Amino acid sequence: MNKSHVLILAGGLAVLTACASASPTEPPPATQAPAAPTQEAAFSERCGDPSKLSQELYFYTWVEYIDPAIEEEFEAECGVKVIEDNFDSNETLLAKLQAGGANYDVIVPSDYMVQIMIDEGVLEPLDPSVITNLGNYGEEFTHQYFDPEQKYTVPYFFGTSGLAVDTNVVADPADSWAMVFEPSSDVCGKISMLDDERETFGAALMYLGYSLNDTDPAHLDEAKDLLVEQAKCVLTYDSQTNDDLIIQGETVVGHMWTGDAILSGSPDAGGKEGVIYLIPREGCTIWQDNLAIPVGAPNMYTAMVFINYLSDPKIAARNAEFVGYGSPNAAAYEFIDPDVLANEGIYPSSETFERLQWIEDVGDALETYDLKWTEFKAAIGQ
Amino acid sequence: MRATSGASLGTGGLALRLGKATLALNAFALFAFLYVPILILIVFSFNDTRTVARLTGLSVEWYSKLLHNRDLLTAARNSLLIALSSTVVSTILGTLTALGMDRFRFRLRSAFDAVLYLPIVIPEIVMGISLLLFFNLAFFPVIELASGTKLTLGLSTILISHIAFNIPFVYVVVRARLVGFDRTMEEAARDLGANEWRTFWRVTFPLLLPGILGGALLAFTLSLDDYLVTVFTAGTASPTMPLYIYSLVRRGVTPEINALSTVLLLASMGLVVLSLVAQRRE
Amino acid sequence: MTGSDDKSSRRGPLLVLPAAVYLVIFFVLPLVIVLVISFVERGRAGGVRSPLVPTIQYYIRLADPLYVGIFLKSVRIGLLVTGVCVFLGYPLAVFIGRSSPRLRSPLLMLVMIPFWTNFLVRTYAMKQLLGAEGGINGLLLWLGLIHSPLSLIFNEFAVVLGLVYGYFPFAVLPMYASIEKFDLTLMEAASDLGASLRRAFLRVMLPLTFPGVLAAIVLVFVPVVGAFITPDIMGGGKVEMIGTLINRQFGVARNWPFGSAMSLALMVMVVAGVLYYFRSSEEKERPI
Repeated sequence: MNKSHVLILAGGLAVLTACASASPTEPPPATQAPAAPTQEAAFSERCGDPSKLSQELYFYTWVEYIDPAIEEEFEAECGVKVIEDNFDSNETLLAKLQAGGANYDVIVPSDYMVQIMIDEGVLEPLDPSVITNLGNYGEEFTHQYFDPEQKYTVPYFFGTSGLAVDTNVVADPADSWAMVFEPSSDVCGKISMLDDERETFGAALMYLGYSLNDTDPAHLDEAKDLLVEQAKCVLTYDSQTNDDLIIQGETVVGHMWTGDAILSGSPDAGGKEGVIYLIPREGCTIWQDNLAIPVGAPNMYTAMVFINYLSDPKIAARNAEFVGYGSPNAAAYEFIDPDVLANEGIYPSSETFERLQWIEDVGDALETYDLKWTEFKAAIGQ
Repeated sequence: MRATSGASLGTGGLALRLGKATLALNAFALFAFLYVPILILIVFSFNDTRTVARLTGLSVEWYSKLLHNRDLLTAARNSLLIALSSTVVSTILGTLTALGMDRFRFRLRSAFDAVLYLPIVIPEIVMGISLLLFFNLAFFPVIELASGTKLTLGLSTILISHIAFNIPFVYVVVRARLVGFDRTMEEAARDLGANEWRTFWRVTFPLLLPGILGGALLAFTLSLDDYLVTVFTAGTASPTMPLYIYSLVRRGVTPEINALSTVLLLASMGLVVLSLVAQRRE
Repeated sequence: MTGSDDKSSRRGPLLVLPAAVYLVIFFVLPLVIVLVISFVERGRAGGVRSPLVPTIQYYIRLADPLYVGIFLKSVRIGLLVTGVCVFLGYPLAVFIGRSSPRLRSPLLMLVMIPFWTNFLVRTYAMKQLLGAEGGINGLLLWLGLIHSPLSLIFNEFAVVLGLVYGYFPFAVLPMYASIEKFDLTLMEAASDLGASLRRAFLRVMLPLTFPGVLAAIVLVFVPVVGAFITPDIMGGGKVEMIGTLINRQFGVARNWPFGSAMSLALMVMVVAGVLYYFRSSEEKERPI
């Protein structure tokens, strides 16, 4: 062991780093203002007032939640470069906004988080004169509990949290939570539930006939006992890889979000033929992700133009095709593949809509939820 | 003192020879344990569909996708740069600290010892959030007041936080090496006329090197794979590899990540082979 | 043996100063913010209620048997993981320390290299191996050693296995640092004097390499107690540890003050425990 040896190792690592940077990369957007403007773009009507647009737009969103081609087209058409950054949870998004110093222009919070953000005063009201496409969105997705005046957000994508079922094993599935709470012998031990105190407690509450947002401690205890009882048949509580598990055959029924369920049933995406998605008759969660602008955004006008751009029917339709979740943009439906529109899992019928419930913020009762959830987790641990 | 750390125990009894065989067996089993998941990882990088759950066929598409994935490559480069820089700084600071704490007694020594263990125990999310708050509520405003420059979160804040959690790890490893350190060599050197510096570089440092190297390797590894602290101290467009990969989890990790990991693996193996060859030449 | 102690009044602090200043600014000060948060009421969005409302309710809540139980479970898992890592890692460190000098660094790097792949894909690969439809069960079934798949994943066993895997190098590296400088001829000398291998090891090798073992124990036990991601993935959300609990407070539960109080309590207890262990070992195992 000698010094030249160490130098070789260090040198090798330096070479490795140099090689990695020799690959085609842009200079990383630094913390100061950017340099030369982008090329002369062909301005179209969808870009608003070109004199007010900035060079760049910071888009903070879930991963793979926008068709990259659309970002590139926005740049070509309007001369604005979209710089995308990703977060993995609403709470991380909130933490970064609350602590300040997060210079994003457009963010994508989920419904309950929108409500909290509006109350905390961290969202900028939108200007309908810029976002002219606001009217494209369906009634079921606008003026909801979290943004009743539709002042701060524009719907982006929606989904539900139902059950994915492998019909190769369960030939005759019932569209009910009983599938997971009173499982048959070939299902027991091969169930996955979401690892989320609101979603999973919600499933139990809805099965027991209560509201998803019930805060009565007695009802919560009932739900908790049900979950503890169910635990011996549950393989795992997982919100991330539950689709992989059903594909691999480790589970046969999974509590999961629409998009994951659909993907796990399409062989082209590596899924398994025969996996279907059901919305239980007792009801399930509906959630919606929305476009919003945080207070203090550096490029506010451009942000609104971008949001308006994404609300254009043709653009929204293409985006929906890429992302795979349901589009709340009613004007886009004529451009969406009819087979996809007919899929009840992605686009529930209006009667199914009656059964869907939004997860609303329960205020201080959240501490009770967390306490019960912790008790539940501690009780099932081996 | 005889420098015979590599002395064989072959002349001992059967017991010692058995000991040697058991050691080798144990080592082999452990390396197998460490590398079997890695093999799975490599195999799945050649999957022909986007899932990492089931092997459906073979293809190299993910490697070509990787080459064109600007974002991921930038993230990888950032991670390597940060890991290297934070390793260098924290190794120097950690080693100095270990020397200071081991060889000298001073006031506040025990208090500082306790402080040094805190970054090892603190849950990463707490460290991340505390740094986020600190940067935004205290650090940036102070710098702005003092010099007028307005800073924001970015690669530099990530680097600062990585150095912070790396220092104690290096410290603990080097400190372990220092305990019971035989000072006679150093004393001999000084008796022969060498000054402090020379003694340190020619005698102490080479003897410490395995400990320093161990600490550095640990720091590098911690920095390269850090997620929770990084996610809170990163800026709007300063991705590192773990940030990129973890954000994929919601939609599903694709074999592209396996491909990247395989590339890194092969590159590191290459370095190891290179250093072996270089040694042989001496 | 005490060569430079006459300069102790200046030298020590000087060497330690850079790291001390750095950590005070970028660690202690941020921690003070966390301390403040733990003593004020929770705001609806998860941060703090403003104006700040002082309270000690979160610390009091921690005394509840529910949380104490989770803490003890984490300690138990921590001790188990540490024991396995040290027990398996020590022979490996000896093996590397005894190899020819030019092989040592490459071997050490070989131990670390798996950890330069991404943590997530590594863990997924492990999950794959351990599943009911996975590689290990497949192999055992094929060999006829079992007749139905073993439950190897989404339980405490998997969590311990995952943690041992993840923290193994943290044990090997410091132990190697101590073992590498151990003069093996001492073992020969002991055997010449009539000691068995076991006696020679326990009376000669172990005490002299103990600082490395101690460091390994600290570097494994301390982070494992507060570990989050591995127990979450490998335990399938069924193995609740203090790390998962704390993370939830900063996540879905949106209760930063409670999470802060938990973290600070954890930190104080673990550091106190470790330092107490150090003091008592120092008294027993003083190296030459």
